[in-house]
Amino acid sequence: MEFAGILDYAVGFVVMAGIYSVLALGLNVQWGFTGLFNIGIAGFFALGAYTSALLTGPPPQGQFEDFVFGGDWAQTGGLGLGIDLWFFLGIGAAMLVCAAVALVIGYVTLRLNDDYLAIATLGIAESVRLFFLNEKWAANGSRGLYNIPQFLEGWIAPDKYDYLYVVVVLGVLAVLFLAMQQAVRSPWGRVLRAIREDEVAAEASGKDVSKFKLQAFVLGAVIMGVGGALYAHNIRFLSPQTFDPLLATFIIWAMLMVGGSGNNVGAVLGAFVVWGIWTGTQFMPGVFKDPNFRFFMIGALIVGVMLLRPGGILGESRRTARGRTAAARPPETGDGG
Amino acid sequence: MDSPGGILALLEADGVVAGYGETDILHGVSVTVDDGEIVTIIGPNGCGKSTLMKTIAGLVKVRSGRVRFRGEDISGAPPERVVGKGLCYVPQAANIFASLSIRENLEMGAFLRKDDYRGRINDMFGLFPDLAQAPGRKAHTLSGGQRQMLAIARALMLDPALLLLDEPSAGLSPAMLDMVFERIAGINATGVAMLLVEHNAREALGMSSRGYVLAGGENRLEDTGPELLANPEISRLYLGGR
Amino acid sequence: MTVRWQNIGGKLPRLPRWWTPAHTAAAVALLVVALGILPVLKMSLVVNGVFLGGIIALGAIGLSLVFGILNFANVAHGDYMITGAYVAFFFIDSFLPLLGIEGQGLGPFTFGYPLLIALPFGALAGAVAAIALDSLIYRRLRLRGANAAVLAMTSLGLAIAIRGLAQIIWGTQVLSYPRESRQVFHLPLDVRIPPDSLFIAVVAIILVVSVYLLLTRTRMGKAMRATADNPDLALVTGINTQRVIWATWAIGGGLAAIAGVLLAVSQAQLLPIMGWKFLIPLFAAVVLGGIGNPYGALVGAFIIGVTMEVSTQWINPSYKPAVAFAIMIVMLLARPRGLFGGSGPG
Repeated sequence: MEFAGILDYAVGFVVMAGIYSVLALGLNVQWGFTGLFNIGIAGFFALGAYTSALLTGPPPQGQFEDFVFGGDWAQTGGLGLGIDLWFFLGIGAAMLVCAAVALVIGYVTLRLNDDYLAIATLGIAESVRLFFLNEKWAANGSRGLYNIPQFLEGWIAPDKYDYLYVVVVLGVLAVLFLAMQQAVRSPWGRVLRAIREDEVAAEASGKDVSKFKLQAFVLGAVIMGVGGALYAHNIRFLSPQTFDPLLATFIIWAMLMVGGSGNNVGAVLGAFVVWGIWTGTQFMPGVFKDPNFRFFMIGALIVGVMLLRPGGILGESRRTARGRTAAARPPETGDGG
Repeated sequence: MDSPGGILALLEADGVVAGYGETDILHGVSVTVDDGEIVTIIGPNGCGKSTLMKTIAGLVKVRSGRVRFRGEDISGAPPERVVGKGLCYVPQAANIFASLSIRENLEMGAFLRKDDYRGRINDMFGLFPDLAQAPGRKAHTLSGGQRQMLAIARALMLDPALLLLDEPSAGLSPAMLDMVFERIAGINATGVAMLLVEHNAREALGMSSRGYVLAGGENRLEDTGPELLANPEISRLYLGGR
Repeated sequence: MTVRWQNIGGKLPRLPRWWTPAHTAAAVALLVVALGILPVLKMSLVVNGVFLGGIIALGAIGLSLVFGILNFANVAHGDYMITGAYVAFFFIDSFLPLLGIEGQGLGPFTFGYPLLIALPFGALAGAVAAIALDSLIYRRLRLRGANAAVLAMTSLGLAIAIRGLAQIIWGTQVLSYPRESRQVFHLPLDVRIPPDSLFIAVVAIILVVSVYLLLTRTRMGKAMRATADNPDLALVTGINTQRVIWATWAIGGGLAAIAGVLLAVSQAQLLPIMGWKFLIPLFAAVVLGGIGNPYGALVGAFIIGVTMEVSTQWINPSYKPAVAFAIMIVMLLARPRGLFGGSGPG
């Protein structure tokens, strides 16, 4: 392959890995910082993607388009500023929708045991998928949405668009990354870690644990929404198939676990490493090419990391590492007398 | 460390260091119990009395020092092995299986017994007639005193040589309290040694041959029961100055 | 470990004091009866819902036991189901024909007697897989002192790996046990029952009764309840908690595997993703009945099953999982400890 071809491929790879990095950063806020077990990332991923796509995309045309609404912001929503401001409005709307859904789910479940949140996120992901699959009026059902507009379309030759979009993705990723670095070092971030390490102790020291958890859950979901919107305007086609659990939930978990949960650098690194393994294995001979084997590999990767290197490649500082024995908790019966 | 009598002590904790997470609660505590003896541990809140009990029972890891039972090193042994050797522990709270019936609680107490333990259950019903009235009753419906009886009976199912009792009188009415102490003395009379952590130090020391005072996770004082009762400082600090 | 029970519903509104589980049970019974006699309802849907409830129950009872004793949400439970279903498929499709054992359309049923042979092997595979995974993976994590979130995370990895393995071996296409079309039974009130459903019901009843007897009559069963109730006390009582955990996995994995076979029979198809999809009704039933309470899970399963089926009278049937999810959310808002509370103290 020529150098230009390799470079094209590499840029396309960085675009996707960057989008996954955004999603992994969102998951890191929930799991890495706070210990919230979200197994329905696909729900927020899809909500973000569909929201931005529907608001910015053209209204239905022709007999194969069953959906009733397309905001067409790409044509009308530029506010006449000469640049594609609609793109950011679309991302903003995606964030709002994800925040609203996360708020409801979080409010219902986060007062309770953490396990309920996991179950609820599983339910929300499936419900979102079923909604977009069955409600053709909303987003064209299984035929999916296409003609999703591109940011700054026409500024660059269509076959070189990745060279432009990679800048956009990395820019958004950089902003989010710096913001999350700030967040984790802030007093707020310290409270989240305290909750993750010992909820009872955090509660005892007067912190409103469920409020902090809710904030972290919503923030994580909002970031996932950004990832979804970035994805929609890159691929330009969305269908319920896009958001199957493997590529929209499981692989993001593998990324965070491999890179090192609780560590923003780890989340981004993990996204690049796992996406590299995922896309790289298709060029490998024999069984590695088998998509089912790669599916198995993602699961084995997570289990392997948990068993052998619970901190991932980078891990967290030892001080905040996860995992305590039951006996290491303060005595629940009181050290009476 | 030799026991006071010069012969091998039943239980011998020697310089035990233990704790939770990164903090040590016990900084080298030593306690011995001889056969058939009642020994009471008193001390201020948070001095490590319950932690010492849990450490001996195997629930909390010994970080340094040694726990010997009948001369055998049991420091670091898992709780189920400690129990199997005849050292049974009754925690202070949550010391019964609340959703199981009285009879099932006793059966669980006999989990390690390979023989027919029905006779032993009847012995327990004889010892604690309250429990015999409705053996099918769920344990969470019992009163505080009855729960304490059940917890002790459960621990006795294995015929232990030593019973660790953590605050057996916690939360009981005065009448109940007398009854519990009477039972404890009765069980001791059958030859079961006891290591007691007790808030009602006066009553407990009154029936103990020896007592220990712990403070800040360290031994503060050791003496016979009557001597400790007569000690004015102890009396002022731990016996409510009565 | 007892903290979890205190956390559940700690700060939430409670029912009146005089309200006991019996009241809840009566209310639920009333509700079910009311639903049943409403003339607008298609009785057929209710009956089918009961059969679906039986399958959910087999999965949910095991899931609830694992939840109660190991203290984490096993998101691989659906994939233990497909393990059983695919192992049974292997027996019916590949192994038994080598021995000359083939057939379909046994009596009134669509399947043949090979399924009856394959079913226990499927259950065995589910139980053995669950115990093996515990010994190889969960046990090490427990000894290291991993918390519940790490265990749940690991189960997510296992869920993916198991499904991936099934896809490597059997592919992602729709499979089915060899079957022959059969007449459904017509009963009054326009109730139509596929004969296979009766088989499912019988198997489910036998297993549920067996689990009940096991939990209440055997030493290991009582030790399981004791461990779920108070794990620390179980340790100092001398209960061999590792054996209790293996027994729990054996029951949970075995029941899940049978549920998987029955699901594949009732849906006349077998797909690797079936297990993951079935997690929602499973967890909904567990939450409804109170986490760690196997009897509650049984009742929860029937409520979820009936509601899922009945909802199809008004709602697109593909929304059935969303219906189960909605019931669960309503339940979490109204009575987060479930209809009957967890098995924990208090």
